[in-house]
Amino acid sequence: MSAIWGIVAAIGIATMAIKAAGPVLLGERPLPVRVKSVVALLAPALFAALVGTATLGAGQSLVVDARIVGVGAAVVALALRAPTLAVVVVAALAAALARLAGIS
Amino acid sequence: MTTGPDDAPPIRFELRRGAITALPLAVAVGLFGVSFGVLSATTGGMGALPAVVMSATTFAGSAQFAAASILAGGGQPIAAVAAALLLNARYLPIGISVARVLTGGPLRRFLKAQLVVDESWAIAARRGGEFVAGRLLGAGFVLWLSWVGGTVVGVIGGEALGDPTALGLDAAFPALFLALLASQLTGRGAVSAALLGAGIAIALTPFTPPGVPIIAASAAALIGLLDR
Repeated sequence: MSAIWGIVAAIGIATMAIKAAGPVLLGERPLPVRVKSVVALLAPALFAALVGTATLGAGQSLVVDARIVGVGAAVVALALRAPTLAVVVVAALAAALARLAGIS
Repeated sequence: MTTGPDDAPPIRFELRRGAITALPLAVAVGLFGVSFGVLSATTGGMGALPAVVMSATTFAGSAQFAAASILAGGGQPIAAVAAALLLNARYLPIGISVARVLTGGPLRRFLKAQLVVDESWAIAARRGGEFVAGRLLGAGFVLWLSWVGGTVVGVIGGEALGDPTALGLDAAFPALFLALLASQLTGRGAVSAALLGAGIAIALTPFTPPGVPIIAASAAALIGLLDR
């Protein structure tokens, strides 16, 4: 039992420190231009990576399942200029329907 | 009158806007919180109270699922901690990207930074690499409530609520990131970084522990150095 609390504490404290490191240590100091141009591209790089792993990833393997139907529906919704909320709902609906239709 | 720049809406407006944008995601996050609670309480992996404490303090879904499933599978504590920290390492660059807008003294900054999760960060992102602090905090708070609340429901007896994947909720997350990615693709640099980032993450997934592909993908942002 105490091992569990040790794990909870280790993960909790380390995660808090990781999240806070940038905001606490950097403060409002303006970033150098070269760093800024890298930070500006972090969002597209990480969003795209998250799209990839959240669509295809399952632990340490890549699988094609109902999620890809949902993401496909999201692409269509985005092309039709649907708002973000609608895109998310359409994706969940499409994946749920795909599962009802027997696609895992 | 606001205290910020002339074109900045009041912080209350941004807080509310972030919270409202996060609501549908909060439903999904809440249901995944329920399944985290069920997984932790029923498989003998973690137990009810540690699961709730972990949700309230760590507040990072993928890392918590990874740790809980390693423990449930009889894995070593060190493996559970390592997996969770690898998954959360992405919050280092993410934290750096929002450092400038999370204002205040060290303690306020520390506390505000705890509301940074993928979804709140995504909701706060504007074109050109800027972030709106109010939106991040509003969204982060709503998501925190639903994640912790969901975990509590799950450990008390959420098995009756069923499987969130049957509702397609696992497809809601890539769809959100895709929608936010689309709003970021404003130039050739951003498009290249996105393609490279997705390529790195997908290519590494079969060969590395979960978490590593996302961290490695942040290296794609280094192409920002090329144009200058």
